[in-house]
Amino acid sequence: MIDHDPRRVDMRPMPPVMVLRYRDRTRMNHWFVAIVFFCAALSGLAVFHPLFYPFVYLFGGGVWARILHPFFGVVMTLGFFGLFLALWRENVMGAGDKAWLKAAPTLLRGDEGDMPPVGKNNAGQKLVFWSAAICLVVLLVTGVMFWQPWFADAFPVPFRRIAVVLHAFAATVLILTIITHIYAALWVKGSIQAMTRGTVSEGWARFHHPLWWRQIKGK
Amino acid sequence: MSSLQSLDISLRSATTTSSPIARHQPEVAKLIDVTSCIGCKACQVACMQWNDLRDEVGVTTGAYDNPPDLSTESWTVMRFSEVEREDTTLEWLIRKDGCMHCAEPGCLTACPAPGAIVKYSNGIVDFISEHCIGCGNCVTGCPFDVPRISKTDNKAYKCSLCSDRVVVGLEPACVKACPTGAIRFGTKEDMHDFAAERLVDLKERGYPNAGVYDPQGVGGTHVMYVLQHADRPEIYHGLPKDPHISPLVYLWKGIAKPLAVAAMIGAVFVSFFHYLKVGPIEVADTLPENDRGDGAAHDPNEARTS
Repeated sequence: MIDHDPRRVDMRPMPPVMVLRYRDRTRMNHWFVAIVFFCAALSGLAVFHPLFYPFVYLFGGGVWARILHPFFGVVMTLGFFGLFLALWRENVMGAGDKAWLKAAPTLLRGDEGDMPPVGKNNAGQKLVFWSAAICLVVLLVTGVMFWQPWFADAFPVPFRRIAVVLHAFAATVLILTIITHIYAALWVKGSIQAMTRGTVSEGWARFHHPLWWRQIKGK
Repeated sequence: MSSLQSLDISLRSATTTSSPIARHQPEVAKLIDVTSCIGCKACQVACMQWNDLRDEVGVTTGAYDNPPDLSTESWTVMRFSEVEREDTTLEWLIRKDGCMHCAEPGCLTACPAPGAIVKYSNGIVDFISEHCIGCGNCVTGCPFDVPRISKTDNKAYKCSLCSDRVVVGLEPACVKACPTGAIRFGTKEDMHDFAAERLVDLKERGYPNAGVYDPQGVGGTHVMYVLQHADRPEIYHGLPKDPHISPLVYLWKGIAKPLAVAAMIGAVFVSFFHYLKVGPIEVADTLPENDRGDGAAHDPNEARTS
């Protein structure tokens, strides 16, 4: 039975103080890009290696996967552009980032205590951001160059050969980046809530991003 | 026709396992003797007729080439090249263009759709349209610029070497129609023997550079030419001197892809085992009592929940 008696003392620990990390708009933008990324990545992997060819059946078969893939790519790039405008400032590499990257092996051993203090994003998060941004530009430009049936004919075959190789290379880098990104989110507890509900606990902010925490605390 | 000839497929696009190899067939070849071609285009007509294709009626481009290029409905086209000799006389070189049926087909190497391009054990390279996804990779893979993607159905088309005729023991339609015997068909060995006789004749008649075009850069072809100037194949409407699959196609289809797939799967595994070994990074949601609140470096291990 639920106890509604107001005179009872609530013995549960105080819920942690939460701080806002990502606004609604940023979170929805992120997940929009994430969903379209999975569509683009799966339909692209299908034609990348025969091992993944069965992925075409997620999209209605080989022809549909070929038709849809470039549209996924364009929508993803447009979506990321919104994310880019919202987040690029906080991802500019700063003086402390070099030291952080140097110390990153310590972090990988599970010891965050010896890491240089970081602001809103650490150098690893910034690298994910820039890697995704650069890969998407390369993917968009090279992808258009062999987009059947509209644009491919406008480019000579030798250019298209180069474009296909660069497209596959950028896609590989992007997928590896996203694997790292997803793992980091699963690894550092509390990160997924930051991108789903938008908030992190005071402790999370204090220990993972002390400079950012001081900044918001100072306001 | 792939389902009728499934035992005779020796190479299959986007397939990493072996094709059935129990049955062997002799390799066939079409030999096009450019020196006996009169440019009548009977082969073009026969190709249209047998394959039941009707190209759009186009416009003249000022040359005899008609249609001016290969298309989804024109799988073979006579290429007319007017070449000026050193003595300022004119030489008219007429080459029947179309798929060369490479032993190492660039189209098949580049194709991402399993079974959309096959090579039969007799050497014929065939497009299996029901598996074609219309990506255009065969176009970038081909060293001879042969495949064409349809603007209406987005499928790739090219000469099939009349695989449907050859399988029942007939010669390709163009061979049957050729009035001068410039196009011959048989085993590749026989075609080489026949070409050798032609070369003796040509060399006697003042063509010391006559030769057979069977470029080894693509492992040899199952459409071969007898050229009176085999030292300069480029003069025959840009026939490549040393065709080979672009190193870019090999880079992308050869070693790079398995490595990339291994890297992706490896990254997932490394991440998972890293989690098992190191465990999650977790901190207390609330601040410790002694926290000065100034954001100075602090050992989060003190605040670990476990």
